[in-house]
Amino acid sequence: MTGNGVKDGPAIVVRELRRRFGKQQVLDGVNLDCPRHQITTIVGPSGCGKTVLLKHLNLLLRPDSGQIVIDGIEVTRLGLGGMDAVREKFGMLFQAGALFDSMSVFDNVAFPLVEKTNLTREQIAGFVAEILRQVGLEGMEQKFPSELSGGMQKRAALARALIRRPNILMLDEPTTGLDPTRTVAIHELVRNTQQRFGLSAVMVSHDVPQVFEVSDRVAFMHLGKIELAGSVAEVMASDNEHFQRFLAGKASGEEERPASQVVATVGR
Amino acid sequence: MRMIERLGEAVIEGVVHLGNFVIFLLAAFVYTLRPPYKPRLLIRQLRTIGAESFFLVALIGMFTGMVLGFQGYNTLRRFGSEGALGTVVALVLVRELGPVLAALMVTARAGSAMAAEIGAMQATEQVDALTVMAINPVQYLVSPRLLAGVISLPLLTCMFDVIGIWGGYVIGVGLMGAPSGPFFNGIAQNMGSNDIAMGLYKALVFGMVVMWVCCYKGYHAARMATGVSRATTDAVVLSSVLILAWDYFLTSILL
Repeated sequence: MTGNGVKDGPAIVVRELRRRFGKQQVLDGVNLDCPRHQITTIVGPSGCGKTVLLKHLNLLLRPDSGQIVIDGIEVTRLGLGGMDAVREKFGMLFQAGALFDSMSVFDNVAFPLVEKTNLTREQIAGFVAEILRQVGLEGMEQKFPSELSGGMQKRAALARALIRRPNILMLDEPTTGLDPTRTVAIHELVRNTQQRFGLSAVMVSHDVPQVFEVSDRVAFMHLGKIELAGSVAEVMASDNEHFQRFLAGKASGEEERPASQVVATVGR
Repeated sequence: MRMIERLGEAVIEGVVHLGNFVIFLLAAFVYTLRPPYKPRLLIRQLRTIGAESFFLVALIGMFTGMVLGFQGYNTLRRFGSEGALGTVVALVLVRELGPVLAALMVTARAGSAMAAEIGAMQATEQVDALTVMAINPVQYLVSPRLLAGVISLPLLTCMFDVIGIWGGYVIGVGLMGAPSGPFFNGIAQNMGSNDIAMGLYKALVFGMVVMWVCCYKGYHAARMATGVSRATTDAVVLSSVLILAWDYFLTSILL
């Protein structure tokens, strides 16, 4: 189990990250700082590259150039073994949960412990019960993902992401597709968990402006760059034209890349 | 000029795909030898690919043997060689139809399921979830299936052969009246370990090909519903074509 080390410096630092897919420069010099023990939310119009950026942070993609430092370790030049070591430092919540549908909730949540540690079955069962209680899924161990609602699936996926007590939590649009009550519930869950475990969290979200209530820092991304970053108050007070337009929901045609185009290029 | 560019691009893309295809197999193979070892995953796949295919393989084996009994008897009777029926049925099954048809049945059943399952996992980010948890998805998903295919298919082929020969006996001797003694004597005299080995080598290769192609297609499915169905179709078609093509090459080498 990874412990919470006491370290200086931001949890995640991104410098001049660039990535191209075919003819499209999806990331065009991204600079971002995610402070420790805070929730940093990345927002922006569809097609601005938020998900691609997150995929670089969780090491699913490699950049063409630039640097990413996670928990003090520069990750862009690492080999497979090095990357696996860094992966143990964070947990990831995918947009639809990405639970393994052939396994029960218990097996899903226990999976990282079973595969990566030498704990006994009793110990694992204890940890699983504890984390399920903390995300509000007590007693659901034997259910299968298909038997759970969307919100419950996300809670189970969150439990799986946190079971090894990582320092850093990454979330990809955790509230997309949920109704307003569930959205509030998930946001509260993220905030409570972040405070309880002292996590550093990076969240990509579409749920503007509700997500600002649960964020410490906001980064606004536009056409492959972070145009604006700061505390929620700073960002809301800024006069950045693109951001104000985004907030008002009037993103113009050329600022938005069609979702199909971005999804197709980001297939892997 | 544009046409030449496009042609060049297409060729390069084709070669890159072929390279990825081969690297995929090599990686999956190497990972079967590297820890962490997961016997439970292998056993689960042996059950899905091997044990659960038994009934289908037995059924097709029986029908194939019975058809061979009919056709063989009818043809041999023109030359007065009904006594050779056993030899013909057994050699055709053991050398050719056993490995090929068993492989095609496993493709249709287990191979398509595998491509769909892995494709669906890709579409719902489950494969990414494995990667992000520092678990190699090829080692976890593909290697057990590859190994299970290579182990199961020779065994299934043997069952196919035996049941087929029995089917040929029931029809050829039982129904059509071919002589019973020469049926089995012919087999004993004319089938050698070479023939059996040929069939088993083929089954081994086919087992590898089916699992390789189906897992590859599933793994590289486009991440949407149509992507998964496309991958499944392509997997079955490509596996079938490769089985039959390789059958020709292996036969020409081994015969």
